[in-house]
Amino acid sequence: MPTVTMRVFRGGPGGGDFREYRVDSDEGMVVLDVIHRIQATQAPDLACRWNCKAGKCGSCSAEINGKPRLMCMTRMNTFQPGETITVAPMRTFPLIKDLVTDVSYNYEKAKRIPPLRLKPPDPDGRYRMWQEDIDRIQEFHKCIECFLCQDVCHVIRDHEELKRSFAGPRFFIKVAGLDMHPLDRDDRTTFVRAEAGIGLCNITKCCTEVCPEHIHITDNGIIPMKERMADGFDPVVWLLRKFRGQRSTT
Amino acid sequence: MARAEYETYEHDVIVIGAGGAGLRAAIEAAAQGVSVGLICKSLLGKAHTVMAEGGIAAALGNVWPEDNWQVHFRDTMRGGKMLNNWRMAQLHAQEAPERVLELERWGALFDRTRDGLILQRDFGGHRYARLAHVGDRTGLEMIRTLQHHAIHQGIDVYMECKVERLVKDGARVAGAFGYWRNTGRFVLFKAKAVVLATGGIGKAWKFTSNSWEYTGDGHAMALWAGADLIDMEFVQFHPTGMVWPPSVRGILVTEGVRGDGGTLKNKHGERFMFNYIPDFFKSETADNEAEADRWYTDKKNNRRTPDLLPRDEVARAINAEVKAGRGSPHGGVFLDICTRRPADYIRKRLPSMYHQFKELADVDITREPMEVGPTCHYVMGGVRVNADTTESTLSGLFAAGEVAGGMHGSNRLGGNSLSDLLVFGRRAGLHAALHAKNFGGQLVVDAGQVEEIARATLAPLERSGGENPYAIQAELQETMQDLVGIIRTEAELRQALTRIQALKERAKRTRVDGGRTYNPGWHTALDLEALLAVAECSAVAALERKESRGGHTRDDHPYADDQWGKVNVVLRLRGGAIQVSREPLPEMPAELRELFRERA
Repeated sequence: MPTVTMRVFRGGPGGGDFREYRVDSDEGMVVLDVIHRIQATQAPDLACRWNCKAGKCGSCSAEINGKPRLMCMTRMNTFQPGETITVAPMRTFPLIKDLVTDVSYNYEKAKRIPPLRLKPPDPDGRYRMWQEDIDRIQEFHKCIECFLCQDVCHVIRDHEELKRSFAGPRFFIKVAGLDMHPLDRDDRTTFVRAEAGIGLCNITKCCTEVCPEHIHITDNGIIPMKERMADGFDPVVWLLRKFRGQRSTT
Repeated sequence: MARAEYETYEHDVIVIGAGGAGLRAAIEAAAQGVSVGLICKSLLGKAHTVMAEGGIAAALGNVWPEDNWQVHFRDTMRGGKMLNNWRMAQLHAQEAPERVLELERWGALFDRTRDGLILQRDFGGHRYARLAHVGDRTGLEMIRTLQHHAIHQGIDVYMECKVERLVKDGARVAGAFGYWRNTGRFVLFKAKAVVLATGGIGKAWKFTSNSWEYTGDGHAMALWAGADLIDMEFVQFHPTGMVWPPSVRGILVTEGVRGDGGTLKNKHGERFMFNYIPDFFKSETADNEAEADRWYTDKKNNRRTPDLLPRDEVARAINAEVKAGRGSPHGGVFLDICTRRPADYIRKRLPSMYHQFKELADVDITREPMEVGPTCHYVMGGVRVNADTTESTLSGLFAAGEVAGGMHGSNRLGGNSLSDLLVFGRRAGLHAALHAKNFGGQLVVDAGQVEEIARATLAPLERSGGENPYAIQAELQETMQDLVGIIRTEAELRQALTRIQALKERAKRTRVDGGRTYNPGWHTALDLEALLAVAECSAVAALERKESRGGHTRDDHPYADDQWGKVNVVLRLRGGAIQVSREPLPEMPAELRELFRERA
């Protein structure tokens, strides 16, 4: 079994540095396995978040060799033999300890989004939706809230002063999902422009590149929303869009 | 030691755990107008519910108009080998459809039928296609919907907060005490009612689909506080977990693979499940490949494939094939969907399975079979509750979801967990709120209680020299895997209990370096106490039940026994020791008994 060299960030808000660990890596292992092995044998207090270990919960986000990734979905055999692997916390969020950051910014933003405003049901009391209309929204619902898109977003990463007026890519697709929802009848135009700050996004697509769920955040979420903003709010278009899913079943 | 410092929060209701059951309970309690605190060990939205794949079982009747709550109830009871609390199974079957429709009204987007309704898929043990789903990521849709609904309901959410113990005021439960994982500082929650929604105990086994969180906290805290546990011998080994590579062993492969056309094969390519059809399910299961194959396209005139027998049956069959030397190269069997289904269908219906095997095992499931084997997945046993109110045997303590016992009897059907979370989560929130409203007095939590918990919590950081908590956890997992697994014997269970005792002693001497700030070594040391307690409960109950039924198979008592079919094994802590008793199941009323005569 090969031994690998891991450079792992250790420290807290007051400062810290990378520490090297030599550790055995077995067949099929991912970075998270190696971090766990360091915890179990060398550094029991090495802090990292994780839950599902299968790319479904979005807890173990980190920057691996400088790239924002999930530790549980990064196979060790994707690195060169003998390569030193650097694992750092997400840089955008305040550090708590080692690989764990304070991601509460995201939870605060989530609370601000106007929730679904349900339209009335069909006359028989049921709601009908068509698969081809929800396919596009289901793409946004795949989001596992790993916040890697938020981590890599230039607005959040480099502009502390803009954070207050900017929601970030994760929440742009959340809003897009609500706006395109066949059962929703709210209008979030003002929110998206004024409070979520979509105008600040300059479409570098970094968010899309790092998304472990391969959601087309920019092309399918942000750009269409920006276009709607540019067009100005047209109630006729909005209504048409809302009711496109509604067809007669007879 | 100086007096422990801690913050105090007061609520009418606190909910411990923020998966499906906890979120649904919190939403319901808030709707009743009481103040609600929701405490989660991880970040919000990361609880185990997020990993659920296949779907939510509910007799909506969208695909099969013949389906109704009675059929669902019957399937659930038969899947649990009739050991279920009948009233819970009834409420569950009756209320599940409305709970699913409610999720839709809160924004969940389920896959659709051609006439625009919620599509339903086939799953093991369900007579009709019954599972509302979103591809193979139903749990993600469910938790995100509940989470984004909950954050607008005025609920106070306490994230990354680990509850160590319930606190009591005399005989009643009065809150909970724990620490913030970020800082290690203590926190006391005072509450008129407490809902446990802490999930299961699967982290006590080596090969498990469960995450680090599943350390049986709620089960153990209820036991320590004096509540009854039932059915702790019944542990579900999901038949299909990944087996290769070693680092992913145990990760779940959804039953939806079989629901959507996948079949199990041994190394000779034989569909071995035809050799393992129990008498109990003979009349409804195809006994030859031709009929089973026809069932996929004509469900009215053919019996269903044995690949979709309940999970306990399939797990035992796989175990037997591997033992007989007919397994796959890495000690599992093959699960093949690519022979029956085209690649596009597989990628559309099972996107995360496709992704998971591709990324983690270099296997393209649209071209080659998967290797799968049993993995510890779910505990049927849990806190004994009143079926209607979810209240435990302790006043003011409620339990919902996996931490509650009774609903699933000796074996849970796939898809019945997510519906259980919604149905009993809502009931727990409702009745906890009513309990809090009816409580007139003042809550008193004496400082001595809190001091004692605080002292024990800090001990692993303060000892000089001692045991590595990770090593103890690993040894416990080996023990449970080897000795309290799918097939059990008296001798092995006794050996397990001896080892657990020794591990309990060692766990009293754990020592971890580092401080109180986000220290996983310390957290692991603290989680060990509950993990060891639930492991012991499971082994004690398994030793007591001298028969084989559902998720409890005794090699030395290989058959189901009618006498054992009438009792629960009940565990309670008295004088510091676990007391075991056999107590009669609640008796099913005659009109429900009729349902089993019809077609049985």
